[in-house]
Amino acid sequence: MKKIRSRGHLEEIRRKLLERKESEKRCITISSGTCGRVRDSQKVVEAIYDSVKKHGAGDKVCVRVTGCHGFCQVAPIVVIYPDGIFYQRVKAKDAEDIITKTILNNRIVNRLLYVDPTTEEKIVYEKDVPFFRKQMRLLLGNNRFVDPTKLEDYIAVEGYKALCKVLFEMKPEEVIEEIKKSGLRGRGGAGFPTGVKWESCRKAEGDIRYVVCNADEGDPGAYMDRSLLEGNPHSIIEGMIIGAYAIGAHDGYIYVRYEYPLAIENTRIALDQAREYGLLGKNILDSGFDFDIKIAMGGGAFVCGESTALMASIEGKMGEPRAKYIHTVERGLWNKPTNLNNVKTWANVPLIINNGADWYSKIGTEKSKGTGIFSLVGKINNTGLVEIPMGTPLRQIIYDIGGGIPGSKKFKAVQTGGPSGGCIPEKLLDLPVDFEKLTEAGSMMGSGGMIVMDENTCMVDMARYFLDFLADESCGKCFPCREGIKRMLEIVVDITKGRAKEEDLGLLQELAEMVKDFSLCGLGKTAPNPVLSTLRYFRDEYGAHVRDKKCPAGICKDLIEYFILEDKCTGCGACLKLCPQQAIQGEPKKLHIIDPTKCIRCGICRDACPYESIMVK
Amino acid sequence: MARRVMWNLAESVPQYSKIDKIIESYSCEELALIAILQEIENLYGYLPAWALRHVSEKLSVPMTQVYGVASFYDAFHLTPRGKNLIRVCLGTACHVRGGQRVIEELERKLNMEVGETAKDLSFTLERVNCLGCCALGPIVMIDENYYGHMSPAKVGSLIKRFQ
Repeated sequence: MKKIRSRGHLEEIRRKLLERKESEKRCITISSGTCGRVRDSQKVVEAIYDSVKKHGAGDKVCVRVTGCHGFCQVAPIVVIYPDGIFYQRVKAKDAEDIITKTILNNRIVNRLLYVDPTTEEKIVYEKDVPFFRKQMRLLLGNNRFVDPTKLEDYIAVEGYKALCKVLFEMKPEEVIEEIKKSGLRGRGGAGFPTGVKWESCRKAEGDIRYVVCNADEGDPGAYMDRSLLEGNPHSIIEGMIIGAYAIGAHDGYIYVRYEYPLAIENTRIALDQAREYGLLGKNILDSGFDFDIKIAMGGGAFVCGESTALMASIEGKMGEPRAKYIHTVERGLWNKPTNLNNVKTWANVPLIINNGADWYSKIGTEKSKGTGIFSLVGKINNTGLVEIPMGTPLRQIIYDIGGGIPGSKKFKAVQTGGPSGGCIPEKLLDLPVDFEKLTEAGSMMGSGGMIVMDENTCMVDMARYFLDFLADESCGKCFPCREGIKRMLEIVVDITKGRAKEEDLGLLQELAEMVKDFSLCGLGKTAPNPVLSTLRYFRDEYGAHVRDKKCPAGICKDLIEYFILEDKCTGCGACLKLCPQQAIQGEPKKLHIIDPTKCIRCGICRDACPYESIMVK
Repeated sequence: MARRVMWNLAESVPQYSKIDKIIESYSCEELALIAILQEIENLYGYLPAWALRHVSEKLSVPMTQVYGVASFYDAFHLTPRGKNLIRVCLGTACHVRGGQRVIEELERKLNMEVGETAKDLSFTLERVNCLGCCALGPIVMIDENYYGHMSPAKVGSLIKRFQ
C-alpha cells in the first residue's frame, strides 16, 4: 500500500478493508505468540496453510496468524471466525480435520474442543469459554483480530482513528484534559495519574521533549506487556503518537527487554510499516506534526524498569537510578523533559480518545479506572492473561476465571506486584483489586503478576526467593538497598535452615523498615514488601521454622524428611531405581525405606512413585 | 534472537574488521553502546577483552564505562560460554512449581554450579528470572528450544541428548 496522505484517505482505506471483510469467507485464526510457539504453533500454521492449499479451500477461508490470545494454558488456540469455533491444544496433525471437517463440511472436531473442568461439558464457541466469558478484554481482545505484522488488520479494528481525531480535531491541551478526565493511571505499578504527568511534561521548560514506552517487563511471572507488543504493537504506537502530540515531543523510544525477541521483531516491523504509510515520521497524515520512534533494547537488568535507570540505559550507560528531586518530566533523557509510560498505559490512550473519557471513567472503581491486566500463573488451573475491570474481587479472578487450584489442593496465598509486591492470604480473597486496596493489604499492583500458591508453597521460602532475586538485581548504588537486602537474605536463609533464633524475626522486621525508608529508588523502597507481607500474614509459619525447626509446607530442605507410607508402598522399586544417592533400600514387592542420612531431599522419588506413598514430614 | 555463537573461536585472533562493521552500522554513536555490545555478544557468545578495548577506542568512550556497562547487564558475559547454553527459568511461577529442584538436579548431573561453564566448553548452566512462558513451568531452555513441565526426573534424559 502507498503512503496515507490524509485523514480522508485513511477512512477510505478502512471502509474498503471492512467491505472486503464483510464479503469475505471465514477466517482461521491461529495464536502464535511466544507460548504458542513453545508448543509448536508455527508447525500448526504451516500445516493449516498446506491443508488449505491441498483441498483448494482458499476461496472459502483465509488464515490469520496472531499473537497470544491470553489463554496460555491451552495454547496453541485456533478460532474460526465469524462463528467463533474454538479449538485448543491444536497440533499440526489436526490441520487436516479442521479443514476437511469444519471448513469444508461444517462439522465440529470434537476432540479439539475445550472441556469445562467443573461441568465436564464440551464447549464449542469462544464466547462460552468461562475463562474468556468473565473478562472485559478492552486491550487484549484485539489480539485475536490482528496479525501484528499487518497494519491493515489494525486499521480494520478502528486503528489510528483516535490519532486522526486528535490531530485534526483536538488541541494538545484538550487531549491532556481528556486523559485527565478519564482517570487513567500509570499501569507500570505506581498508578500516577497519566494526564497530570503529561501536563507537567508539556509545561516543563525546554525545547526538546521525549516520550518513552517502558517495556522492560522484568517482574518474574508477568508477561502482559510482551503479549501486547507481540500481538498488537500498533495500539501502543498509536498511543505514543497521541501522547507525543499532546506533550509536544518529536522523538520517542520503546525500551524492550532483550529476553523478548518476538516482541522486538514485531515492534520493529510495526514501526517500519507505520513509517512507510506515513503514520510516523515527518508531517504525519499531512497534519504538520512530526514524530518518530526508535527501539532501545534492554540488557537484562531488573532495575532498568525504574524510570531514571531506564533512561540511563537508553543513553548507553549503566542502568543506575538517580534521586528524583527533579522529576524526569522536567529532566529525563539527556536532561530533557521526558514522559515515560508503561506499555499498557499507552495502549489505553486510543481507547479513551475513541470512546471518550466519560465512557472510560465509568469502568472500574472510584479511584482506579479502566481495566487491569493480570497474568494468572503458578498453582492455578487456567494459566493466562486476564483482563478485568478494576475492582474485581480476587476470588472471582482466581476461581471463576482461573478455575481454582489444581489437584484439589488448598489455596494459600496470591502474590501480586512481583518482587516489589506482597503475598495476600486467603482471608483477604474478597479484596477488590485496585491500586489502593492492594497497597493497603501490604502488596501492590505492580506490573500485574498474580502468582497463586497452594498449601505446598512455603511462605518463608517465598520471602527468601524474592530477596535472593533482589539481592542479585540491586544495582549497588545506595547502601540501604545493597547491604540491607543482603543482610535480610542472610537472616531468612538462616530461618529456612533452622539456624535462626526468635529475636531474629524482630531484627528482620527492623531491617525491612530501614530498607523501605532509606533506599534511593523504587526497587529498594519496595524490596522489603515480600518479607513484611509474609511476616504480617504468615507469622506462624516463620514461628514453625524458628521454634519447632519445621517447614509446614515441606519445602525447606534442612527441615524436612522424606519417608514411605507402609500401607501404600507396593515395593515396585520405581523410587529405588531413580534415587541419585542410593538412599532407598528394599526387596522387590516389599516395603522400601529411605535412609535419611543419605537422602538429599531432591524429591525425585516422590515424583516417581505411582502410588503416592512417599511423604514429607 | 539467533544465537549464532562461534564458540570455537573463543579467545581466538581479534577480528577488528567484524567489530568495525557493527560499530559503523550504528553510525559510531556512543548511545548505541549497549546495542553494539549486544551484537558482539551474539557473534561470539561473550565479549572478548580485545573487542571491548576496540569499541572503547572507536567510540571514544572510556574503557571504564565500556567495562561498567559490560559487567552491569545480565545480557553480557566476559568469559566464553559453552556450546550448549542451558537456561533454567526461576520466575516466580516456575519457582513455586519446583524450578529450584530442577536446577539442583542439573547441577548434580553436570557436576557444575549454576553460572558456571564446563571446562571443555560443552555446557553453560544459567538461571534466568523469567522467560514469560509461565503456563509451561518449570521451563528449561537449551539454546533455542524450550522444554516445559520439567521435573528433576526428566533432567537426565534431556541433557543426554546434548552430551
